[in-house]
Amino acid sequence: MNLDLIKFIPWLPALAAVLCGLCCTKKALRCLAAPICILSIASGFVIAFLHRGGVPPGGAVVPFFEWINIGGFSANFSYFIDPLTLIMLFVVCGIGTLVAWYAAFYMKGDKGYARFFTFVSLFIFAMTNLVMADNLVLLYLGWEGVGLCSYLLIGYYYNKPSAVAAAKKAFIVNRIGDLGFALGIFLVYQTFGTVSLREAIIAAEHVSEPSTAVTLIPFLLMLGAFGKSAQLPLYVWLPDAMEGPTPVSALIHAATMVTAGVYMIARLLPIFVLSPYALPVVAVVGGLTAVFAATIALCQYDIKRIYAYSTISQLGYMFLGVGALSTVGGVFHLFTHAFFKALLFLTAGSVMHALAGQLDLRKMSGLRTKMPVTCWLMFVGCLALAGFPLTAGFFSKDMILAAVMEKGLGEHGQPLFLALGILGLFTAFLTAFYTFRLWFRVFMGPEQYEMGEEHHGAEEHGHDHGHGEDAKPQAASDIKVEHHHDAHEMPLLMNLPLIVLAAGAIAAGYWAEHSGWIESMVESSTAAVHGGESAHAAELFGYHLHTAMMVISSAISILGIALAAYFHWLNRPAADAAARQYKSIVTLLNNKYYVDEINDAAIVTPLRTKGEIFFAIDRLIIDALVTLVGLVPRALGIGARRLQTGALQGYGLGMACGAAVLLLLVLFVAN
Amino acid sequence: MTDPLHSLTLAHYLFTGAVLFVLGVIGFISRRNLIIMFLCTEMMFQGVAVTLVAFSRYHQNDTGQTFVIFLLTIAAAEAALALGLVVLLFRRRRTLDAQAWGEMKG
Repeated sequence: MNLDLIKFIPWLPALAAVLCGLCCTKKALRCLAAPICILSIASGFVIAFLHRGGVPPGGAVVPFFEWINIGGFSANFSYFIDPLTLIMLFVVCGIGTLVAWYAAFYMKGDKGYARFFTFVSLFIFAMTNLVMADNLVLLYLGWEGVGLCSYLLIGYYYNKPSAVAAAKKAFIVNRIGDLGFALGIFLVYQTFGTVSLREAIIAAEHVSEPSTAVTLIPFLLMLGAFGKSAQLPLYVWLPDAMEGPTPVSALIHAATMVTAGVYMIARLLPIFVLSPYALPVVAVVGGLTAVFAATIALCQYDIKRIYAYSTISQLGYMFLGVGALSTVGGVFHLFTHAFFKALLFLTAGSVMHALAGQLDLRKMSGLRTKMPVTCWLMFVGCLALAGFPLTAGFFSKDMILAAVMEKGLGEHGQPLFLALGILGLFTAFLTAFYTFRLWFRVFMGPEQYEMGEEHHGAEEHGHDHGHGEDAKPQAASDIKVEHHHDAHEMPLLMNLPLIVLAAGAIAAGYWAEHSGWIESMVESSTAAVHGGESAHAAELFGYHLHTAMMVISSAISILGIALAAYFHWLNRPAADAAARQYKSIVTLLNNKYYVDEINDAAIVTPLRTKGEIFFAIDRLIIDALVTLVGLVPRALGIGARRLQTGALQGYGLGMACGAAVLLLLVLFVAN
Repeated sequence: MTDPLHSLTLAHYLFTGAVLFVLGVIGFISRRNLIIMFLCTEMMFQGVAVTLVAFSRYHQNDTGQTFVIFLLTIAAAEAALALGLVVLLFRRRRTLDAQAWGEMKG
């Protein structure tokens, strides 16, 4: 099949970004930004979908244009298409379209409407470049591009100091990881002599005795992945990133960008297996992050932050899967997670929209009658996240846990993986509990809520009316007015993408696993695991391991949901009593293990102090020297400027005398 | 009977040029009227021109005389410009006194 169309996937959103940028300039054009953006992303999805069966085995390179070509080094805008790329394109463009659709309604009435869609289009451009890149340099370009768009979108409400701080935090923390990634790319070029993914992977597969440099590469690349995908210890930026508009949290900070690290490790798996320790380290970091973030999520009150920690935790699962050499499981979980986490964030956005920016779990309850559709949509998302049997999250999480247990209990059972598997199961329990804690708190129980104080674009709205420029009242402003009265359901058009996502959250897992789609896709990409499968399948309690794990994780998830139902729906006083009893733990978790404070004390404050010292040195010594140099001519001038009398005759006389003196001198010297 | 002109030596011409030049300098320094000052600079010019022609004749070299032709042409153009400037300055201050333009003094 002709692959020419593929190159339009990144460039249509790039064009859309330019057009949306132009829409920023004229108020009348603003409403055009959303359709342009949606159309460009959707056409990317359609193109990717048309190629679903047409990718040659082993992938194909689609050259686009020459970028850097110096001596033996070449990095071009060429796209590498293999089944793994296609999965990522389905996720990025598919979820991207749905989220942009939702955002078209959600962001209505906001002053930066066109700016928002410019950034989203730009993000899709960068993200598609990232997943389609044929070389590491282009991948890095996309990697930095999504980082930039993430920064721009977190800081979207730039009047809000907390949003600006969060944007900077995200950028700086990512920078630390990216440094490792960049060094990794340098080392890849140095050892393999190429930055092309395909050539580097082939070269890596032919390495018989890995040198130190080669075994160092995965660790450097890993650092980049941990930064971008918010793993320990670089996860701190993601919860703060929730300052951005909710569709951004859904698209960038849940479904797509943060999964780039998982994608990168899966893509470069042959390089990661060169070091015997690299993948176990990935697995350990993933497993620890999963349980660490899940415990924090237990005691948070901000809906979006709970989902943020849950995202970190689920990303941990993906790393655990990839680290256990189950790239199929990792990518499968990436795929299903995109559906249900986007759904959860968008429904959280609906709740926030309905309650005028209210995000505090303690200030809302029993919203099911006010927002029935949102309620049940979020329920579906929660089921999938909690790994309720037969939902999408159940299958993918199960595949990862089974793979980890397989490594722990199989022929050459490694106790490390057994421990990680148990940790994973425990995390699954926590996940089910905190997910349904949120849902029962928000939608069940007595109807009671407090409206939030702010609203997206509320100020902008007042501003618009204040200037009397909006003669025609928009539909959005009518909604806004209604907001101030009561919570309400979202319009059907806004809920439409959520229904699609909900369908995916239920069915995508079953379909992808039982049709063998996900496995055949990943196994025919560069993420394929060669020869690692042992013929002998491990057993647990006398059952086939996979079956046993399914039963155990179902039981765990139902137990978690049941406990959440008891504590947060049926008997809320019991939850409060338990919280009082374990006050110290609750405080510790509510304060996120004080990680931000520790980071502040250990890293930020010393750096800031150092910066202030350097600033003082600059001011007192270097600046002082420069000022001194400037002062000398000034001091001389104080005396010399008296000579400038401003009288022409004086100057004339001076000139004549000077000439006379010179002539006399010449006379004397000549004689 | 000798032609008085033939008894003139180079020194005479140089002396005339020097006198013209020094008179110009003195005039330039002692007068405040912009036009007079300008005329004095012209006088210095002519002093130089006389010296040049004298040396040219003395050394039997036409370069000096050619140079003077150019010098005179340029002096004419420059005089037109300078007089225009003087008129402008006069219109600004309604006076020809050079002292009126002393703002830049230190």
